[in-house]
Amino acid sequence: MAVTDTIPDEPKPLVRFARMLWADKFALLAVIFLLAVLVMALIGPAWLDAVAQKQNLRGRNAPPFDLSRGWLFVLGGDALGRPLLARIIVATQNTMMVAAGAVLFSAIMGTVLGLVAGYAGKRTAQVILRLADVIMSFPSLLLAVIVLYILGPSILNLVVVLAITRIPVYLRTTRAEVMEVRERMFVQAAKVMGASPRRIIFRHILPVVLPTLMTIATLDFAFVMLAESSLSFLGIGIQPPEITWGLMIAQGKQYLTNAWWLSFWPGLAIILTTLSLNLLSGWMRIALDPVQRWRLEMRQTKKGTKA
Amino acid sequence: MSAHLLEVRNLSVEFHTATGTVKAVKNVSYHLDRGETLAILGESGSGKSVSASAIMNLIDMPPGKITSGEILFDGKDLLTMDPAARRDVNGRRIAMIFQDPLSHLNPVYTVGWQIEEALTAHGATRAAARSEALRLVARVGIPAPEASLKKYPHEFSGGQRQRLMIAMALALKPDLLIADEPTTALDVTVQAEVLALLEELQHETGMGVLIITHDLGVVAEIADRVVVMNAGEVVETGETGEVYRNPAHPYTKKLIGAAPGKGAMHAPLARAEPVLSVRGARKVYGEFTAVHEVSFDLMAGETLAIVGESGSGKSTVAKMLLRLEEPSGGQAFWKGRDLFAMAPAELYALRRDLQMVFQDPTQSLNPRMTVWQLITEAWVIHPGILPRDKWKARVAELLGQVGLKPEMAGRYPHQFSGGQRQRIAIARALALEPQLIICDEAVSALDVSVQAQVIELLDGLRKRLGIAFVFIAHDLPVVRDFADHVMVMQKGRVVELGTVREVFETPREPYTQALLAAGLDPDPEVQAARRKARLALAEG
Repeated sequence: MAVTDTIPDEPKPLVRFARMLWADKFALLAVIFLLAVLVMALIGPAWLDAVAQKQNLRGRNAPPFDLSRGWLFVLGGDALGRPLLARIIVATQNTMMVAAGAVLFSAIMGTVLGLVAGYAGKRTAQVILRLADVIMSFPSLLLAVIVLYILGPSILNLVVVLAITRIPVYLRTTRAEVMEVRERMFVQAAKVMGASPRRIIFRHILPVVLPTLMTIATLDFAFVMLAESSLSFLGIGIQPPEITWGLMIAQGKQYLTNAWWLSFWPGLAIILTTLSLNLLSGWMRIALDPVQRWRLEMRQTKKGTKA
Repeated sequence: MSAHLLEVRNLSVEFHTATGTVKAVKNVSYHLDRGETLAILGESGSGKSVSASAIMNLIDMPPGKITSGEILFDGKDLLTMDPAARRDVNGRRIAMIFQDPLSHLNPVYTVGWQIEEALTAHGATRAAARSEALRLVARVGIPAPEASLKKYPHEFSGGQRQRLMIAMALALKPDLLIADEPTTALDVTVQAEVLALLEELQHETGMGVLIITHDLGVVAEIADRVVVMNAGEVVETGETGEVYRNPAHPYTKKLIGAAPGKGAMHAPLARAEPVLSVRGARKVYGEFTAVHEVSFDLMAGETLAIVGESGSGKSTVAKMLLRLEEPSGGQAFWKGRDLFAMAPAELYALRRDLQMVFQDPTQSLNPRMTVWQLITEAWVIHPGILPRDKWKARVAELLGQVGLKPEMAGRYPHQFSGGQRQRIAIARALALEPQLIICDEAVSALDVSVQAQVIELLDGLRKRLGIAFVFIAHDLPVVRDFADHVMVMQKGRVVELGTVREVFETPREPYTQALLAAGLDPDPEVQAARRKARLALAEG
């Protein structure tokens, strides 16, 4: 009985991850920022929609850092005198829905197809890969224009189109990595043990491939936001009075020489979001890898002893 | 002052890591003269390579740091020399060859170009470099030297690549050659040839050779003097024969004691109904036949060793038995049912009976799973074996059986040493309560002393649990103490199959004899006699 007691219980993962997050201050800031973005996306439109739509021609292109018009104008006003801060907050919801939706959808589809293509027989792989080639050989913007012209612009259609054009990136990466990992010896060891293909793919191969995919996904986040803005600019994406960050940048383009803040603030929002996601994915790559994890836990104990 | 070619004095090297400062080498001193061969013998982590890296200026600083000592080469201290002068010494006067020649030859250039490059970089003309390269390649015994110069590294075998590395190292006529485990990746017969070549070249050029190895046999074969290192310290140094016969330090004694091939051989078991009989197993890849018609029988509690060099098809046989490779023909009866004809569903049930321990535990254990997850995975896959509430007790028992502590269950594989990892792999195989375990080079990646422990562990399990073993190895001495029957394979064919005593004492086939003769014995005197026998065999 003494023997059985000595196998320690698994440490509580939540506490452990919280500690590791605390050890990496950049990742911590990133998480706080992303949480703030999430909150804005949830409550933004309900809270500030009326203000964000209210035109005020006397406040056209109002310069930033001027509190005389109230705190909502701290970032300045747009071409119709609407407060930029309020518009950015309201736009968060649409932006996140499109970007996160497209990235998640394409990442999941691409990964699943990539896993199948990498693990299944030659014929299945050929079919999947040729499909990916078809998508890739089409200029993605052209595809989007055609589809949205036929289906008509809506947020859901936009998400679907953006997702489909980004699938090949994940598919090809996943497949290439699966082909390498499946030859590793621990996969063979699992086969010898009688593990089913599903178990091998999800338990043994996917965890090795995942960090790479997460890094791609965070980078893709920015790409998708900008692609959405160019579609919106062409008039087939999100239509005013709905707003997204990308659309705000596009609208501010013509005033760049005399009112830089129109494009700058939404651009900053995109950069900060992408940067935060990137920092977070970097942290996750280390935190989820038992071989690397000590780097975070180390820093923590070092700080702990100092304090 | 110093008349030695190379003298290392009180060298200490530290590495700064996250877990604190590691003293890789502590106050190490040794010296080497012209025309002499000095071996640095040690197991992994002993610091044997670090001192050589310090000589070649290959230590990354930071995290490494040389904290004290000097390295005198021809009387001048390399550590205080300015970088330009040091680079001139490296390569021109000190050359180095490595364990894995493939990773040290550039795959996109022909070998001729690479050897010429070494020469022209130090001032030779193209034409002179070409004729010198041709001479060198011919000298190290590459067949058809003219044509070989135009080939790329992947077109050569492992032994030939190592010869090419030697040719490249010798291009500038160095005074000192450092060889870091030069033959570890090679087959035994090739190893003997490469070592003989090194020795010849040394006699010709009069250079000093510093050879770093973990293998007592290599020391016995080639070294004049030996430095034994353990945990960063020199524990013993002396003339090779003297150290072998009268080891002073307990570590040296342990190392010599652990060398395989000295214990009693197994007497054959009484004949019984075989659990596994393989008949005419074949594997064909396109035009190439990897395995021709292999047949053997195996009884419960018996060990069959399959010995052969790389390319002999020994691993393919193992993979076919586990259906990791689809066999091209033949039958394998496991308790009367043909393994080769089984459907996937039947195969799943069979996985419980047949298990495998792989060569390199670093790769065969999923790095993202804890020991607990690794071992219990067997029971997740086969839910019938053990109810969940008994898992804890059973994991503790299994870890105990392989000599690990139950509290280690929460750790990940990278937190263990090589030998411990192989124990985990064995515990995982045992979790399914198999009746046959196939060990594919299961001990060849391990240090000698660890090797002995793992073999002892496996032998104990065989006796206690009656498990049958198929033990695949490239090295004959390893299987001598452990096997009941030995099957020698060459180029996909079974050359000889007999009891361990028959094969070791009265080998019938020339190939088996050559293999036995090529094996290096840790005793320098035995090895000298064996070398004579080998030369006689080569001539006769």
